[in-house]
Amino acid sequence: MKFLRNFFDKAYEKAGEKFHPVVESFDTILFSPNHTTKSGSHVRDAVDLKRTMMFVILAMVPCLLFGMWNVGEQHFLALGESVSFFDKFLHGAIRVLPLVVVSYGVGLTVEFIFGIIKGHSLHEGYLVSGMLIPLIMPVETPLWMVAIAVVFGVVIGKEVFGGTGMNILNVALTTRAFLFFAHPNSMIGDKIWISQMRDMEANGTLADGVSGATPLGQLATMDPGTVDTYYANGGVDFSQSLMGNYLGSIGETSVYAILLGLAFLLITRVASWRIVVSFFAGGFVMASIFNIFAGDNVFMQVPALSQLMLGSFMFGMVFMITDPVTAAQTNKGKFYYGFLAGFIGILIRVANPAYPEGIMLGILIANVCASLIDHMVINANIKRREKRLAKATA
Amino acid sequence: MAKAIKIKKGLDLKVKGKPEPNIQEVSNSSDYALKPTDFPSLTPKMVVKEGEKVKVGTPIFFDKYREAIQYVSPVSGTVEEIKRGAKRKILSVTIKADSEFSHESVDTSGDTKEVILKSGLWPTIKQRPLDIVADYNKVPKAIYVSGFDSAPLAPDYEFLLNDKKEALQAGFDALSKLTEGKVNVTIESNVKSSSVFASINGIELHTISSKHPAGNVGTQIHHIAPVNKGEFIWTINAIDVARIGTLFTSGKLDFTKIIALTGSEVESPSYYKMISGASLTNLVDKKITSDNVRYISGNMLTGDNVGKDGYLGFYENQVTVIPEGDVYRFAFTEGWMAPGFNKLSNSQTFLSSLVPKKAYDVDTNTNGEERAFVMSGQYEKVFPFDIYPVQLLKAAITNDIDKMEKLGIYEVAPEDFALCEFVCSSKINSQQIIRDGLKVIEEECM
Repeated sequence: MKFLRNFFDKAYEKAGEKFHPVVESFDTILFSPNHTTKSGSHVRDAVDLKRTMMFVILAMVPCLLFGMWNVGEQHFLALGESVSFFDKFLHGAIRVLPLVVVSYGVGLTVEFIFGIIKGHSLHEGYLVSGMLIPLIMPVETPLWMVAIAVVFGVVIGKEVFGGTGMNILNVALTTRAFLFFAHPNSMIGDKIWISQMRDMEANGTLADGVSGATPLGQLATMDPGTVDTYYANGGVDFSQSLMGNYLGSIGETSVYAILLGLAFLLITRVASWRIVVSFFAGGFVMASIFNIFAGDNVFMQVPALSQLMLGSFMFGMVFMITDPVTAAQTNKGKFYYGFLAGFIGILIRVANPAYPEGIMLGILIANVCASLIDHMVINANIKRREKRLAKATA
Repeated sequence: MAKAIKIKKGLDLKVKGKPEPNIQEVSNSSDYALKPTDFPSLTPKMVVKEGEKVKVGTPIFFDKYREAIQYVSPVSGTVEEIKRGAKRKILSVTIKADSEFSHESVDTSGDTKEVILKSGLWPTIKQRPLDIVADYNKVPKAIYVSGFDSAPLAPDYEFLLNDKKEALQAGFDALSKLTEGKVNVTIESNVKSSSVFASINGIELHTISSKHPAGNVGTQIHHIAPVNKGEFIWTINAIDVARIGTLFTSGKLDFTKIIALTGSEVESPSYYKMISGASLTNLVDKKITSDNVRYISGNMLTGDNVGKDGYLGFYENQVTVIPEGDVYRFAFTEGWMAPGFNKLSNSQTFLSSLVPKKAYDVDTNTNGEERAFVMSGQYEKVFPFDIYPVQLLKAAITNDIDKMEKLGIYEVAPEDFALCEFVCSSKINSQQIIRDGLKVIEEECM
């Protein structure tokens, strides 16, 4: 450790003032700094932002690992080959890791540039966003597109507002929304969810009957009928959606993996249970309303609970909506905020077949409304105080 | 009406170094100091010069803007030095004590307020809003006294006051003449019948059950009758009530204090008899187990870092000695990513949260760098007020007076935010922010 410490002490001298933040960033990752309190509370809680953020990343690891396996699984399923678990995982890892590397590489570079301009070390926010972004991408997203989207997400989504802690929209979702609207043919459709599907089609190696559509894509384009025909034709049922071996963005499919992350985040109290619960309730209520008024619309008929297990709802519930910066800040507001996001998310998903990934938009809309929700909650507190004053002076 | 307050929010820091209930002897210090910096927003005007002789109770300086408030010498001796800082701000007045003390005579027969003002005990009375020495031109709505201290390792007031019943009674009698309202005392609900306050007449006795900051008078006021804009209430420490009582019963100024020497670096933490403003040198001599330590006059949440040669603060009944944390820690073994068997944290991210009763050594490391507000809901867990702490802090940071008023700045003191400051994962210095906010309010709204 002494050797490392000396290394950093020397690095500071070499870096000079301008690159001090860069050295500091790496230094504070390896060493907790020797800063002491000056006044006020002389002792401080052992937790800091780095640890909090790292816990979110740890919570995503099951999703990442499962996502890698699932990419391989779906790839070889489309080829009609049966290979070992290890081969599937290896294929997935080869496809997924470049996305992770590009996301972190580009994002952190942008962060470092802003750090140098503003003279502060790396703030931790992007460590989480950098992992979230690959997990919410279709596996076939070109790397250059990810790079551009990340630059957009970090600069426009966060840095223009003042950096970590100041952004209004979730950075990872801003990135995805950018791609969604700027390059829709890489984000929607049937060709992007299976690794190397376009090659397979060109080579004629694609197995018969592989459509490449996600369950939500299928459901959105179903002819009027009953949901039973969807399940009878091999639609993703409840238990499969829990397991997650179906098509979707890399990290979003397995509910089991997501719940592992959720358990970790709730036990360590990093995520707010208020938001999680109300988001689930919001989605459930909207899906139930659709159930009641479904008629012969298959998508609307999907049982509420099954509806929530599909697509990105659960992933959004655990990793997106709980982002403390873009969420409502007040405990009461969190209930309204979560409910709104879940409600609108399912509404957009089901009611607008062009946007099967409505959850992303639902959360972004809730992000925008978060300050308004807080404003109303805090206003109630202010009103209470004014009433008390009026009573005292009356 | 007497209230039984129950609150859930709060946090008791599990730290080592609780004082044993016995009073040890320590030789009297010869160095004393009166520090204007102990009194927020005070502009002192000197009365004495360096080298002048003073007695116990001789005015050293007074408040430039509220001239009747005098700050008097706790000992008799010679004024040694008037220490000044930037812009000639007076930092401290040091006094070399005589071996035998002579006292200024105090006439206790007149108006109660006049007597307390003249005696030099007035600064023990503080006011809300602003958390400054009380304004004698105002008549407070009520007076509040906390019957216990719930801060980490704090002295046990019942132990300190159990033989001072008479003085307490006289003190409360005097206080009740200063307000048109009631004198409210709040004690812990589990000591109710045995409390020394239970047999005091003429007070409104409330009980409270909770963790720290239940013993903060601010918490108690908030749950009994919160301060509205335009109202004034006064607060005073229970120990100082006894001091005022002694003045009226014996006619003598007594600045002796029994203080608790606490903290993980103290060999055997216990109580010591000292005089207000005394140098800590004698007190801590040969009792500290390591070298690189911080000497805090007060508790570890709100006290002042005074150093080994520092002096006991005016309001403090406790000295805390804890290790300095000025070391780099390798992240994965003992730093930010450590499993954390020995880390004190209100978060659940350390393995130490599995053993909630264990007491810890905590040092002064910030355990991270300062960041913008990111996590939400942390402060609310330890802040038992119907106030939005983060929003109030943001209003104070942006100097938004209107917002501060609306969000409840009149009800709070910096110490109410001490736990928020402790738990903050963004390491924001909330107490200083609130103090600065109060300063703005004082300048613009009072």
